[in-house]
Amino acid sequence: MSSGFITPFLVTMLVAGCTFAIRYMPFALFGGGKEVPPIITALGEMLPPAVIAILVVYCLKSVSLVTAPHGLPEFIAVGIVAILHIWKRNNLLSIGGGTLVYMVLVQMVF
Amino acid sequence: MTTKKEILKYAFIQTLPVLFGYLFMGIAFGILLEEAGYNFFWALFISLTVYSGSMQFVLIGMLGGGMGIIAMIVLTFSVQCRHIFYGLSFIEKFKAMGKRGWYMIFSLTDETYSLLCGMKIPEELDKKKVFFTVAVLDQSYWVIGCTLGGIMGSFIGFDTTGIDFAMTALFVVIFIEQWYGFHSRIPAIVGICCGTVSLIIFGAGGFILPALIGSVCLLLLLKNTIIKEEDSQEVCQ
Repeated sequence: MSSGFITPFLVTMLVAGCTFAIRYMPFALFGGGKEVPPIITALGEMLPPAVIAILVVYCLKSVSLVTAPHGLPEFIAVGIVAILHIWKRNNLLSIGGGTLVYMVLVQMVF
Repeated sequence: MTTKKEILKYAFIQTLPVLFGYLFMGIAFGILLEEAGYNFFWALFISLTVYSGSMQFVLIGMLGGGMGIIAMIVLTFSVQCRHIFYGLSFIEKFKAMGKRGWYMIFSLTDETYSLLCGMKIPEELDKKKVFFTVAVLDQSYWVIGCTLGGIMGSFIGFDTTGIDFAMTALFVVIFIEQWYGFHSRIPAIVGICCGTVSLIIFGAGGFILPALIGSVCLLLLLKNTIIKEEDSQEVCQ
């Protein structure tokens, strides 16, 4: 639930500030034609798939496997998103279709 | 001389795919935010200041407070770190744009980056103006989508239980895209393992930071193997 004005405002400004700082970083660091350190380039290439994987886990963190329905709606819906996406590679179809199936599952089936 | 109208027309056609994607994801974001207890003014404010698809979805869970400042900064840097490399392709071009260059840096999202990389701008159009127009159009789609979602969220008559799955679905889709786009499977597997192990050890409340630190350490350890597998990759210039 909403928690006043100050906390969400400050959190938003912090995230906005960090986001701009990251987008500005290459211009600040390498604007003068300096070489990018290899370790930075390497991390930048390797990190995104790992971070996205962690975010998938983050989205599913509250799913309980030991109590009913044992995470079934989540696993079915994630499976459908994956199948739709591997099949058609259409973001809207995969996200829309998967979400719709999940809503039906949690509202009517489980 | 080219007119503003011609530039706008060209930029609009180029940004059409982003129009649909941003409107849809923006609406989903606005509805989720409204469900979390923040009305459309928040959606407008966040889409104007943060302007990042994946980070805004993560932000919803952070708004109420409870996460430490260090954890929030580390999480934002980890989710957004790929943006460091987007800027590298445009250092000289944005610098030449003066004040507008600052907006270009701020608005360099995944989608805008891929448009700017891929466009073959006709000779007769002013390249800098096209870049700026594309960036402004993209953000305006996003802001409109988010705000619309926030407004719709408060009027929706049907049961929206489970609509928050859109965020999970978004990350699953990005995960699959990265799986195809990246030759080495190691980073994705490292992320799944660190995320799961950390969740089991630290619980839902505080698993993100240890998972990220673990991933960075493991990736640096495995760097040589991963880079070898990646060697044939081409980077957008």
